[in-house]
Amino acid sequence: MQKYALSSALTSNAVTLPPSRPGTSFHRIMRKLLLLVGVLLVVHVALLFAHPSGAEKPPAGNTVDVGVVFDLGGRGDKSFNDGAYLGAERAQKELGVRVRFIEPGEGSDRESGLRLLAAEGMDLVIGVGFIFTDDLTQLAKEYPTTKFAGVDYSVATDKDGKVIPPPSNLAALKFREEQGSYLVGALAALVGKSKKVGFVGGMDSPLIQKFEAGYEAGVHQVCPDCTVLAQYAGVTPEAFRNPGKGKEIALAQYQQGANVIFHASGSTGLGVFEAARQTNKLAIGVDADQYAEAPGYVLTSMVKGVDNAVYDAIKKTKDGTFTGGIYQYGLAEQGVGYIYDKNNAKLIPPDVHARLEQLRQDIVAGRISVPSTK
Amino acid sequence: MILLAFLAQTLRIAIPYLLAAAGGVISERSGLIALTLEGYMLGGAFTAVWASYYSGSPWAGVAAAVAGGAVLALIYAVSAIRFRADQVVAGIAINLFAIGLTRYLLRLFFDSSSNSPRVAGFTVQGSGTGFGALLVNPLVWLGILVIPATAWLLYRTPFGLRVRAVGEHPTAAASVGVPVARVRYLAVLLSGMLAGLGGAYLALDQHQFTDGMTAGRGFIALAATIFGRWDPVRAGLACLLFAAAETLQIQLQGSQALPSQFVEMIPYVLTIVALAGVVGRAVAPAALGKTAIE
Repeated sequence: MQKYALSSALTSNAVTLPPSRPGTSFHRIMRKLLLLVGVLLVVHVALLFAHPSGAEKPPAGNTVDVGVVFDLGGRGDKSFNDGAYLGAERAQKELGVRVRFIEPGEGSDRESGLRLLAAEGMDLVIGVGFIFTDDLTQLAKEYPTTKFAGVDYSVATDKDGKVIPPPSNLAALKFREEQGSYLVGALAALVGKSKKVGFVGGMDSPLIQKFEAGYEAGVHQVCPDCTVLAQYAGVTPEAFRNPGKGKEIALAQYQQGANVIFHASGSTGLGVFEAARQTNKLAIGVDADQYAEAPGYVLTSMVKGVDNAVYDAIKKTKDGTFTGGIYQYGLAEQGVGYIYDKNNAKLIPPDVHARLEQLRQDIVAGRISVPSTK
Repeated sequence: MILLAFLAQTLRIAIPYLLAAAGGVISERSGLIALTLEGYMLGGAFTAVWASYYSGSPWAGVAAAVAGGAVLALIYAVSAIRFRADQVVAGIAINLFAIGLTRYLLRLFFDSSSNSPRVAGFTVQGSGTGFGALLVNPLVWLGILVIPATAWLLYRTPFGLRVRAVGEHPTAAASVGVPVARVRYLAVLLSGMLAGLGGAYLALDQHQFTDGMTAGRGFIALAATIFGRWDPVRAGLACLLFAAAETLQIQLQGSQALPSQFVEMIPYVLTIVALAGVVGRAVAPAALGKTAIE
């Protein structure tokens, strides 16, 4: 009804315009422009009316509503977005919670995705990726009764290096990537045997440097005179999805004598696997088991238990035991690790595997402390 | 050995630039700004993977990339020539459209918003990093040959003469009976096909499509077009220069002699320096971007 009123207002508006004089294109353009603005306005209003049906409050009950916003890359990245999806899906099945997923487009609407979910009264809103850190902190302050969780949330420090704790309704789900990277670093050096190993990072940022630091420490643990060829695909988030660049960097590292390359670079790493195929060398996957990307060429994958962390956060919300703060998932908590199964067992000699397990125990027991910065 | 590896890598990186820049030169010489190269490449990359996936043949992918680039080019040509839209605005719209459309189709056909499954391509497993691996790829040959072919087309054929005429002075061209709009349509379509091939090289080299995988390469090709003063051979050299700078960046970063942020700048700094000092004044085709005057 409202819509019709508006469109009739539009036509009457158009009639009141001065009649276009021949020869002055200005008025013609103005009228077209006005018409366009009018049409957009009608569409906008129509959409406003279409919206409430979707935004209706869910019927009251004790079901928990969870909203998940994915990072760039989105679902189907066979990496941490998919991990978060698996965790949330498992919670949906086993715990009977309702989950809504939002996949943002080009950057700008990331924050609005979170805001939409918070405004709709979700019990728990999860942002997947370190890129959500600032938005989550802000929203947690604006919606103090809603619970938030950030996968890979990067905790800020003040100028004395002291950790600024996240708001009390925000759980920072962090992983000790350096510990898992340490183990695959040792593996790369032991299997590679060429005194050179490679590392390809996505965006040059503290999070990815954590992988590099752990990896390098692991390499030097078993091979003190080995060199690590470490390179990043760029300095913006786009560096996580530039497989062409990833392939070129990897080809250069293989050509310089590396036999194994570890990538922590999202879709960019798909290019690293291509380079491994092309040169008959080995690559190490990240976040999830990436063996299927290049069977026979993937030595192992440094996996992050994003699914378990997300599942835990949802379960705690349902049980009412959710508290904010920093959660660290390391080797001891099975939050990180490496893949060793029937697919890649033939690539890893038994003595090498035994050595890695020894290193794992040393880290869990605290006999080895792995650096998380370069 | 190191030099050979450097040259091989430079050529590998240059191929998509060369194909797209050849398209850029043709389009801009006819008077239409080639801001759309990025979109054509992305579209071509997707259609190449799509066709290769369903047919199992990379050649079908190449054909589909030509078609995909041409479809996007046709949309641009219709809006800029028939409806006389502002070329910069229309160009940006085409690029955004290509990003959104490929992501939507990726979702639709492959149920992923990140990347497609692996498809057939031209690269051979275990072929190494040298020239041997490169020269079995027919798209590499296309990329090398496209520059002399474009120069021949522009300077040695009646069609090339007409392209240059409508880009410099469409009114004069029209007065001697040149069908201005038709020549421009053809030039833009050709540019779409060539840039689409550039996208096909990228995607088939990776054996898959990744969301946003062109990562600004179309804009580098456009920069090479301008840097080469709208001449195919000079534009080709500019492409090789940009590719060499990128190779240098990759090799230097590996040596850890410089911080990565600094090394990342090399190709761009080189562009600014070259544009400011070496090239001299760049004179664009007189009617570039002014399709409304006819």
